Amino acid sequence: MPPKQVKSKTAASVDRKRSKRGADGDDLTEMGDGTEQDDWMQAKTLVKPEDQLELSEAELKEEFTRILTANNPHAPQNIVRYSFKERQYKQTSSVDQLAVHFALDGNLLHKDSEEARKQFNRTGLAETKEEQAEPAAEAAATEEGGEEGASGEGKEEAGDEDAAPAPASKAGGKEKKLTNQFNFSERASQTYNNPFRDRATVTEPPPRASFSSNVTQWEIYDAYQEDFEKQEKSKEKKVIPGRKEEEKSKKKFQISETSSDDITRVETAAKIVERMVNQNTYDDIAQDFKYWEDVSDEFRDSEGTLLPLWKFSFEKAKKLAITSVCWSPKYRDLVAVSCGSYDFMKQGSGLIILWTMKNPSFPECYFETDSGVMCLDVHPQHPHWICAGFYDGSVAIFSAVDKREGAIHRCTAKNGKHTDPVWQVRWQKDDADNNMNFYSISSDGRICLWTILKNEMVYQDVIRLSLPDVSAEGPDGIKVATTGCGTAFDFHKQKDYLFLVGTEEGKVHICSKAYTSHFIDTIDAHNMAVYKVCWNRFHPKIFITCSADWTVKIWEMKDTMDKSESGDEARKPLFSFDLNNSVGDVAWAPYSSTVFAAVTSDGKAFVYDLNANKYEPLCEQMVAQKKKTKLTHVEFNPTYPIVVIGDDRGNVTSLKLSPNLRKMKAEKKGAPPVDEATKVQREIEKLEKILSMVRNQPTEATA
Amino acid sequence: MAAEVEETLKRIQGHRGVTGTIVVNSEGIPIKTTLDNSTTVQYASLIHSLTAKARSTVRDIDPSNDLKFLRIRSRKNEIMCAPDKEFLLIVIQQDDQS
Repeated sequence: MPPKQVKSKTAASVDRKRSKRGADGDDLTEMGDGTEQDDWMQAKTLVKPEDQLELSEAELKEEFTRILTANNPHAPQNIVRYSFKERQYKQTSSVDQLAVHFALDGNLLHKDSEEARKQFNRTGLAETKEEQAEPAAEAAATEEGGEEGASGEGKEEAGDEDAAPAPASKAGGKEKKLTNQFNFSERASQTYNNPFRDRATVTEPPPRASFSSNVTQWEIYDAYQEDFEKQEKSKEKKVIPGRKEEEKSKKKFQISETSSDDITRVETAAKIVERMVNQNTYDDIAQDFKYWEDVSDEFRDSEGTLLPLWKFSFEKAKKLAITSVCWSPKYRDLVAVSCGSYDFMKQGSGLIILWTMKNPSFPECYFETDSGVMCLDVHPQHPHWICAGFYDGSVAIFSAVDKREGAIHRCTAKNGKHTDPVWQVRWQKDDADNNMNFYSISSDGRICLWTILKNEMVYQDVIRLSLPDVSAEGPDGIKVATTGCGTAFDFHKQKDYLFLVGTEEGKVHICSKAYTSHFIDTIDAHNMAVYKVCWNRFHPKIFITCSADWTVKIWEMKDTMDKSESGDEARKPLFSFDLNNSVGDVAWAPYSSTVFAAVTSDGKAFVYDLNANKYEPLCEQMVAQKKKTKLTHVEFNPTYPIVVIGDDRGNVTSLKLSPNLRKMKAEKKGAPPVDEATKVQREIEKLEKILSMVRNQPTEATA
Repeated sequence: MAAEVEETLKRIQGHRGVTGTIVVNSEGIPIKTTLDNSTTVQYASLIHSLTAKARSTVRDIDPSNDLKFLRIRSRKNEIMCAPDKEFLLIVIQQDDQS
């Protein structure tokens, strides 16, 4: 377009507009006729804007020159760039004057270009088939050329056109059949998504228990023991099924017993604790018992003392007298005591009590009886068997182990019961049939042998004590043989068949089991009743007697040969001691053949040692607490240096012997240890020495 | 049987110097007691564990052996425990001289 001159603005502009329009009449179809326009235009009056510049004619005619250049008016005329190289701003020499008015990205590809080739391959069009492609391409090109702004459509149409000839080529099926390797149609389908729902259940957690355990040596041991026992049982089961049933029933019985009664099972523990408590309370006594020795004995050669230790007293025995004391042969701390009454007028119940030194406050075990118990003996081999004789003349057997309230066996009037109190009982060795048996002696003059068969006691009269010299006159003048009253007996330690009998009249008979009515020997020992006869533990021929006539005498058993010689000279004792009061009991010491103890009715205890002093006691001590207490019995403990003394108030007192009282023959230094037999021999020799001095001139000594 | 045991326990309790007796079962729970509750519980739990330890010691050294009784003597008193297969008997006794 030629540069148009810009003319002045007023009416001339209107004219120019007119002429311009006229030039481009091609486009203007809407406009009406030009002339009409002019007329219309001219009809208008000249309108002047109010703020139009008022210019003079000359000014109006002034021509202004306007130049059209090809410069981009928007482009900056001077661009300055900082040059790092020269470190200054430098003006760019030429400024780009290109102005882009319109830009449109096309998507025409040259058919020989890489991309075009790819597309051809994709649509399966062969390069050689340009003939078919060309018209298609031309058609595409013309269409493209016609439309200016439809870029997107063009692309699509190109693609479509490519696709269109593709099937056409396939349909043609000329040279190669090209399988479309990539002709997979992607198909997707969406399954229906099920809506999610949360469901939960809560289960109860399994019950949990915390378990912890220790493993120790003994637990393993216990487990093995249990297993071993089970095995044993299973073996037994096989062997004796019958008996097993019995045991089972018994066991069941026991189990039910123990589980029902809780407190019963504390029994052993309670017993132990009771002893412990007692040990604490009586601690000093226990210490004394074990360790105290009277030091003053060193200075007094022929004197000794008795240290009082525990006192055992039982509530129920307070009114009773101790009638017999016997140490248990097996348990060195256990002593059996019988309680009854010596008083003819006051007869009541009786007691058998088992005391232990470990518990002085309460008996281990006791049995109550209806009649006073006058004597007691503990079986040497079976220490739980106790035989007892009663004031009413019966005898009974008790078992310390059995929990029964009363006796195991008790004889009755029909069964050989004595008619007078039984004064002494003594166990014998088991007889030929292995049955236990014991002897009893009573005031009715009978000595009985009782044998215990399986379920009963059988008696047998052994001897009847008769007084051959004295006979009473019966009512018809017939002489009736009177029987003596036996009060004590003792069996020889070695010769079992030989035994001594003491009587109420003061006589001592030496008897044998073989002869039932005939005595081997008789001695007029005392003037009053003989309370105790006792063989010496070491010397086979010496025995001691004590009596109510205030004396204690030591005798020697003479051979029958000698008897004829001595004749009626009334055998004399080797030793005789006057104790100033009725002597209740006398006992030899187990450790020495020359020591013995005696107790009297005035509450005193005497200890003699013939080795030290032949005439006087080493110890004469008041033992009873209260006055007018008679001491009734005394016994030495077989192992400990203790004597136990019973009185008539039901108290049992234990005393410790001081060293002087228990002197034994001192061992020579360096000599080999002495065995039992030698000890016994020594004791015998010791006694013999003393006896030999005495035998020739027996004297009577007074205390 | 039970009466005897009861009597024995009574005697122990009445003995000179004894301040209390407690019977504890195998789990350490006191069954019978003569002391007040808090003291009982304390004694029971402490002594029970000590006895178990003592027994374990004895048996560890020689499994055929077993604890017979345990005595703890202190300045003011003495605690005696006799353990049993299922029970433990505790007795507290005061010193006579004190």
